[in-house]
Amino acid sequence: MFENSLEALVRLSEGVGLAEAARQAEMRETGAAREEINKKMETALRVMRQSAEKGFDPKLHSMSGMTGGQACRLRQAVEENRTAGGNYLGRAAARALAVAECNAAMGKIVAAPTAGACGILPGVLLTAQEEFGLSDDQLRDALFVAAAVGDVIAARASISGAEGGCQAECGTAAAMAAAALVYLRGGTAKQSTDACAFALMNIMGLVCDPVRGLVEVPCVYRNASGAAGAFVAADLALAGIPCPLPPDEVIDAMKNVGELMPASLRETGEGGCAACPSACGKKVD
Amino acid sequence: MSLFDIIGPVMIGPSSSHTAGAARIGRVARQLLGEKPVKAVISFHGSFEKTYRGHGTDRAVVGGLLDMPVDDERLRRSLKIAKEAGMEVTFRPVRLRDAHPNTMVVEAVGEHGKRVRLQAASIGGGRIRVQYLDGLEMGFSGDKITLVIRHGDAPGVIAKVSQILADAGINIATMRVFRTTAGGAAAMAIELDALPGDGLTAELRQLPGVRDVTLLSPI
Repeated sequence: MFENSLEALVRLSEGVGLAEAARQAEMRETGAAREEINKKMETALRVMRQSAEKGFDPKLHSMSGMTGGQACRLRQAVEENRTAGGNYLGRAAARALAVAECNAAMGKIVAAPTAGACGILPGVLLTAQEEFGLSDDQLRDALFVAAAVGDVIAARASISGAEGGCQAECGTAAAMAAAALVYLRGGTAKQSTDACAFALMNIMGLVCDPVRGLVEVPCVYRNASGAAGAFVAADLALAGIPCPLPPDEVIDAMKNVGELMPASLRETGEGGCAACPSACGKKVD
Repeated sequence: MSLFDIIGPVMIGPSSSHTAGAARIGRVARQLLGEKPVKAVISFHGSFEKTYRGHGTDRAVVGGLLDMPVDDERLRRSLKIAKEAGMEVTFRPVRLRDAHPNTMVVEAVGEHGKRVRLQAASIGGGRIRVQYLDGLEMGFSGDKITLVIRHGDAPGVIAKVSQILADAGINIATMRVFRTTAGGAAAMAIELDALPGDGLTAELRQLPGVRDVTLLSPI
């Protein structure tokens, strides 16, 4: 949609900003009215919020019983000031974990960009809203920024774990969240795409190795970690540190690394964490 | 492409391919059946067979057969809902040749005795491809308005169908035609850009040689 390029996206946003450039592209592409598109994104935001609330249920558990109820534990540690990473980061990680656990328990979520990585954007954005007192309209617009960046990555590389490993799923989600955070904190469009590149660079090579082939271990924990990575990437860019490599080239590098990954590390449940003796010992259902 | 392919779909987890895709396959089968199912036999192939319980693929496909969309929170409880409705459901493994790793065969019987047998694959991101319907090769996605016409192989049937659509001003996006043997059972899967009225499907049903016409809404 944006000439499959973050550089082009920055250029297209001149004068209108990233969120508006994304919205206009969607209107052109689908022929839908502005109001309709805004409503659709507001619905996504509402479902994200509901999934975060549901995910904190201590009794929640997945079909396999491997995950569920841990987000509640992390939030409690944050509330009791028992964390090492501080309150803000802890709340974001707990929220990301909550949404991912909600997903594993067959709850309703928004794939962002996939179901396996669905916790990262809500974890980061809803917590930023709490921290900085942002409006729902601002969050909706930040989701447009995230979507535009995600669209370029999907077109240029891949957002499928089976094709590109976890870097393509949680990596893309972290990159989308980082770009959205920079937008919300008043950074420039260039800083947003730099944040995206920092996030991808920092997570590059992450493999997709689900235990028993299910979207649970290590997936839900990688949502928490991906949320934390988004803050670091956003802060690097917001501080004015220029990404040493052009963001489009970083996306291409991520694609290339995905192609180099053996099939055992691309969602087949055969390598990495899935190949741990204890994981193999678990009953395959 | 739409930005809502990136932020979206809104769906019941945990997996777009193993859960949302499975629900869509079930819902296509339900629409093709055209009535409430009382019995279903679902055969899982490949990755579906290995992980269907953990991914809720079983619950998702049965939910689809009960006409639930991918974001319906009742999907999680669909097996119980089916049982309460008196629907008999059986799951079994199957090994298909040359099939996508996420493939299933759905055989369903409706309350008035109608039957449908569908083979479909979940090809990623919740997208699906219906490969066979009642033994006839297909190849549609369920993303668009789709006319599925089962008919006898005879000269002129395809021309008459496309003429009726043309007269109604409805554009054909894609069209695939298949047959078992010359003069035998045949089928068409036609993806349309606009929704035809009730009158049009009735007119198609009147055509000589046409056995069945189903209009699928985008699922």
